[in-house]
Parts: sequence; C-alpha cells; structure tokens
Amino acid sequence: MDSHHSYSQVKGVSTGTTILAVKFNGGVIIGSDSRASMGESYVSSKTINKLIQVHDRIFCCIAGSLADAQAVTKMAKFQLSFHSIQMESPPLVKAAASIMRELCYNNKEELQAGFITAGWDRKKGPQIYVVSLGGMLLSQPFTIGGSGSTYIYGYVDAKFKPDMSLEEAIQFSTNALALAMGRDNVSGGVVHLVVITEAEVKHVVVPGNKLPKFHDE
Amino acid sequence: VLPLLSHCSLTMIAVQMKSHCEYDLSASTFSPDGRVFQVEYAMKAVENSSTAIGIRCKDGVVFGVEKLILSKLYEQGSNKRIFNIDRHVGMAVAGLLADARSLSEVSREEASNFRSNYGHDIPLKHLADRVAMYVHAYTLYSAVRPFGCSFILGSYDEDDGPQLYMVDPSGISYGYWGCAIGKAKQAAKTEIEKLQVGVNILYIHIDIYIVHDEVKDKAFELELSWVGEVTKGRHELVPKDIKEEAEKYAKESLEEEDDSDEDNM
Repeated sequence: MDSHHSYSQVKGVSTGTTILAVKFNGGVIIGSDSRASMGESYVSSKTINKLIQVHDRIFCCIAGSLADAQAVTKMAKFQLSFHSIQMESPPLVKAAASIMRELCYNNKEELQAGFITAGWDRKKGPQIYVVSLGGMLLSQPFTIGGSGSTYIYGYVDAKFKPDMSLEEAIQFSTNALALAMGRDNVSGGVVHLVVITEAEVKHVVVPGNKLPKFHDE
Repeated sequence: VLPLLSHCSLTMIAVQMKSHCEYDLSASTFSPDGRVFQVEYAMKAVENSSTAIGIRCKDGVVFGVEKLILSKLYEQGSNKRIFNIDRHVGMAVAGLLADARSLSEVSREEASNFRSNYGHDIPLKHLADRVAMYVHAYTLYSAVRPFGCSFILGSYDEDDGPQLYMVDPSGISYGYWGCAIGKAKQAAKTEIEKLQVGVNILYIHIDIYIVHDEVKDKAFELELSWVGEVTKGRHELVPKDIKEEAEKYAKESLEEEDDSDEDNM
C-alpha cells in the first residue's frame, strides 16, 4: 500500500495506521491499532475504531484520510445492505469488495483512502480483498497495510502459515501489530481484533499494557 | 388428436372477444372488472407464436424452440430465438421477435452491469426480477405499449444448481421446473408434467415433435440449447451430433406411437 505518500499529503485527520487481515482455518481475523494523528506529531485520538462493519460477516479496515474512509464505508454499507435485501441472501465478500472498488476507482481524484475488506460467505468461505488507493482489487491469503505495515513485512512474510488455528492466528496478528506499533510513531494505542467465522463475529481488544513484549522492552 | 385441440381453442377465443373499446385503448386504463386489456392483448401475441419449451433437469436446463419455416429461402440457423444473456444464462423467447430481441439486449446489460458492480455472476432469480421489473414498467403508461413477448431464462451454477424462470408481458416472473410458451403451450405442459424430475434433453425433442401441429404448420426447424454440468455451466447450443441423435430418437418414438394407435383402431 502507498502508505508513505498518503499520510504526509492528507489534509486533516489521517489514520497513520497499521492494519492487517489474515485467513485461518475456518475464518478471518482483521486487526488494527487505534491511533489517529494530525500531521506527524499530534495524536488526535487514542481510541479510534478502524474496523468498520459493512455487513453481518463482512468488515473493512481503513487507512488514509479518516473522513474519506468513513464516507466510502458509509456509502458501501448502504449499497451492500440494499444489494443483500434484493438478492434475499447474505452478500458475497467479493461483492462488498467490488462495491468499495467502484467507489475508490470512480472517485480516485478526490479520495485518499485504502481498505482491507475481509469476511465470510457461504460460497467461498473466508476471504480477504485489498482495495488500494486508486481502486485496485486484489485477493490475498493475508495482507497488511497502513504506515506501520512497512516495519513488519519481514515478520509476516517469515511467520505466516496457511491454515493456522484460531489461537495461532490471534498470536500472529497481535505480534505483528505490536511490532508495528512499537516502531511507527503514528500507530499506537490498543490492538483491535475482529474474528469472523460462519457462526459469529467476535471482538477482541488487547490493551497497551497487555501487548506482547519483545527483546528491548 | 392435435387438430381437434387447436380447433377447440379457436372457438373459445371467439366467445371471449367482446367489444372492449372504451377500456382497451391504452395500458393506463383499467376495465370495470379490473383487467388491463392491453396487457392481455400482448399475451395473445405470445399465444400466436410458435412454441418454446424450457425444462429444468437435476443437472442442468434445456431449451427447445419450434421455429416455423415460413419460406424455403430462409438460411438454416438464422432467425435465432435462443439468446445468450451471459456466459451462464440463456433465454428462449416467444411472441413478437423484435420485442424479444430488444429485451435480450436489456437483460445482457443488466447481467453485465451486475458483474461490473459486484464482481460475480448474476444470480438468475435476480436477473429475472430485474428484467420483469423493466417489462412491467411498459404496462403502466399510455405513451408506450407493453412488450408482446414472453421469455424463459435458464442457468446452471455449481452452488445454486439449475434455475428456470419465465417472464410474461405483464411483468411477472415465476420459477419453474418446466414451462412452455406459445401456441401449443397447453399440450406441451401436459407432456412436461408426465416427465419425472432428472431427465435429459431427449425428452425435449419428443415434446416439440408431439406438440408441433402437422396439419397447420408444415415445416419447422428445431433450435435446441442447454446449460448444465455437462457444459461446465456455460450456456450453449446443443452440438450437432447430439441434436441429430435426439431428433432421430424423437421421430422414431412418434412413429411407434402412431403405429400403435392404428393397431388399436
């Protein structure tokens, strides 16, 4: 993701941020930090929610301009809800991601927000889609994004395994976010995780003092 | 048997034709007994057309259309009445063919826009609902006339299985196991009801051959298409060799029936 350009040019509140999503055996976990910043030195919120629910089993995590991201997810939530009612069945994750992509691509001049859309549907099970700044749509088994993600590429590339168990996936996500928050000054706060499976959606919050500690802490 | 049936249906229509002049001039007018005559007249246009049949089998959908040959100069295979709406959806039509072709374009755009917006194939029920809504819109205003055609939509999908929907000029869409539209639809429906769920295309041939009225309409060309597991979910015309085999089988079965009738007499 083009994180280096996004937060320095964004007007107003930005989510210099770390977000990720990872598929495990039976579901997906999506996670983020909770810091919102203005410029590079002011923290405008320590407890912001970057995991937006757009449908029963589909979430989006947001990066870039907070205002743009909120506007896009609000529109996507509306369109997805209407689409789902018309189809008389829960929407596909791909449909949700496609809606986000259409909004990002068609308004690319005005918007500065990128997303990770992840969820579960009856047809293909757990899925993760990246919708980047300009409106690219890509499906991946796991993905990281935001300004903090640059510090953890090595970690996730080395540690990711397909078909992890829930516990392993939670540990993987928490570690990744904690490492990013430790090095990126515009990511921080608490770790928000959402576990999405066929049966339920579970919110897990790991407060700052319970984060995993590494060699120099 | 067949010549008698068509004779009966003609007399029935004559009885119903009263003078409706005050209430039948536009689609925006109800009659005192709650009917919209323009829509009913549009359905008559469908009944005058040759028959189209759709059957939903357990692993796919088959369409058969009886294309009456009005001139020896027609090129074989032209004047198609079965259309591809999307890779996985087919449409068989009856009625005013120009109206039907226009609606096939509308359906294609609908299916294509859906894929563009939502990233996956349009579910057939949704497509049928959308096109039916479009057809219905033309039954509301006096400035336009209703579409004079009915059509059958069919598709096959690994998860949802085979689906079959029929849309008529009033803008209603219903899901079916088997349906028929056009002049011999009653006879065709009777034949279809005899079928058990889970058959294949040979029976469609027999149906069309049975319901084809040999007295009034001499020659016809059969247009046959299918979509199912055997085509991996793509809607296609049935390959020539399979079609010929089925046609042969149908003709032979019909001859057997005729022979047995003669013996009984």
